[in-house]
Amino acid sequence: MTRLVLEKVTRRFGGLVAVDDVSFAVPEQGVTAVIGPNGAGKTTLFSLISGFLPPSAGRVLFEGADITGLSPERVAARGLVRTFQLAKLFEDLTAQENVQVGRHLHTRGGLFGALLRPPATRRAEREVEEKARELLGFVGLHGQADMPAAGLSYGQQRLLEMARALATEPRLVLLDEPAAGLNGEESAALSRIIRRIADQGTTVLLIEHDMTLVMNTADRLVVMDFGRKIAEGTPEQMRRDPAVIAAYLGSAPTPGRPIAADRVAIGSGNMEGALHG
Amino acid sequence: MTSSLTITSLRVPRRLRLGWLPSIAAIAIVGYAIVAGGYIATVVSFALIYAVFVIGLNLFMGFANQVSFGQNAFAAIGGYASAVLTATYGWEPIPAMLVGMAGALLAACAIGYPTLRLKGHYLAMGTLAIGLIVYEITVEWQSVTQGYTGISGIPPLGIGSFEAASDRAQLLVLSAVVVLATLASARLRRSRVGRALSAVAGSEDAARALGISVARYKLLAFMLSAGLASLSGSLFVHVVGFVSPEVFGLHMVILTFTMLYVGGIGTIAGPVLGALVVSLLPETFRGLKDYQDLAYGAALILLLIYAPRGLSSLTGSWGRR
Repeated sequence: MTRLVLEKVTRRFGGLVAVDDVSFAVPEQGVTAVIGPNGAGKTTLFSLISGFLPPSAGRVLFEGADITGLSPERVAARGLVRTFQLAKLFEDLTAQENVQVGRHLHTRGGLFGALLRPPATRRAEREVEEKARELLGFVGLHGQADMPAAGLSYGQQRLLEMARALATEPRLVLLDEPAAGLNGEESAALSRIIRRIADQGTTVLLIEHDMTLVMNTADRLVVMDFGRKIAEGTPEQMRRDPAVIAAYLGSAPTPGRPIAADRVAIGSGNMEGALHG
Repeated sequence: MTSSLTITSLRVPRRLRLGWLPSIAAIAIVGYAIVAGGYIATVVSFALIYAVFVIGLNLFMGFANQVSFGQNAFAAIGGYASAVLTATYGWEPIPAMLVGMAGALLAACAIGYPTLRLKGHYLAMGTLAIGLIVYEITVEWQSVTQGYTGISGIPPLGIGSFEAASDRAQLLVLSAVVVLATLASARLRRSRVGRALSAVAGSEDAARALGISVARYKLLAFMLSAGLASLSGSLFVHVVGFVSPEVFGLHMVILTFTMLYVGGIGTIAGPVLGALVVSLLPETFRGLKDYQDLAYGAALILLLIYAPRGLSSLTGSWGRR
């Protein structure tokens, strides 16, 4: 089964084509990563999928239904939730409250519930609190529940944003550079969390520059450059793909010399760095 | 000097204990006014009427982090509905008040739907225009509002044969309204709706990504704010017995903004405390005669320097705006 299908998705900003005729499918199982040099159009692609930007052309299908041009809140209500490259937390709220906001779609209740607090509302509130605590535990932030989000470290903020997104119980979660700014240890922990999310049945689509994380976490890669999809396949295949290597090196490698490709090995950290260094 | 470790370990219990201070201060001031009666009771009555307005303003500006310079329009709608229906048509105060509130809510819905697409300064300008337009209507629609002359002979608050005519009775009724409005805003804050408003305040993009309909919650906050503004307008005309366009003019906008920021925007007790302090401050400097306004201005500046997030934030729990 496919969770998400992109059909010839294009987005123009004036004369610039940020995303150019991109098509690919994301299966239900596992982790798919979108990689590519800076400015390749990855974040724009995420905005097109999650409804923050309408595509200039093409279609986005989520679980077979056309969601092209739906508003972000409609897209989220269908079970497709994104995080942001720069964590957008509710800074005045505590970590616990941030995750509780994520339960919005799974609770009911308006003004009368808020003011009169009937038993059903109280019960729902308790469930919201419990679920939020559980998710904070899942990402390893149980100790920070009552801290204001603004007081968390950068790495903790990224984890909190993921917990908040998971609170919506998405069937597809888009993670935009979840490891940006994390140290090696935090990044390894993040990789385990992402695997567990996928193992629990939530499809993960992520953008990431941290090649160690990508190689260790992703089952499939989609490689973009200058707005176009230049390759797609398993991490193993991508490591040997001439077009991918060219995109990262700036020129095609000499045939028969897969040295450059070998150097993009697991543990080399950043693919760009590994190739240039 | 204490080490930072001691400070953090002391902070939580101390703040919890002081969290009630703003409410206690407000209750003490109102209690004193009820006992003392006379002039101070009149000043505190007006403060409580403004407090109802500011509690509403706080829902929109504090909880949802939007801006409106035009909520006085809804106070005018409520105030004039009460004045015209009771003084001209002989209605009971309560039904007149409810009609005014319904009118204010309808107007807020109709105006808010297009206006709330604006952000920041543009929203401020747009809402300012609403207040100016309603002001012009109250001046020009002479057959109903009697223009600058205003409407007098408005009966005091009451139900049936009971009338809250004395200072003390009025204060008690107003206190009850303010307590209810404050409790309602406290409950709202700690609910699903309150969380959605906090999300809108924190990051509209993140709120939308979590499935929260930002436009709908902004409109809800705007309408709640308008409803409380309308209520405060109605209370005003019944307590004073008279209404003219100036009552709900720009002066009211500036005064209520000062109250909101002095008390603490986004807090629960801030609006009431701000309304009381800003109303009483000029009175405490009355002995300075010619320098009264100067002292009042200086006191406001000092408050905003040393308590930039308002008086309530000095004792409030951490991170609450």
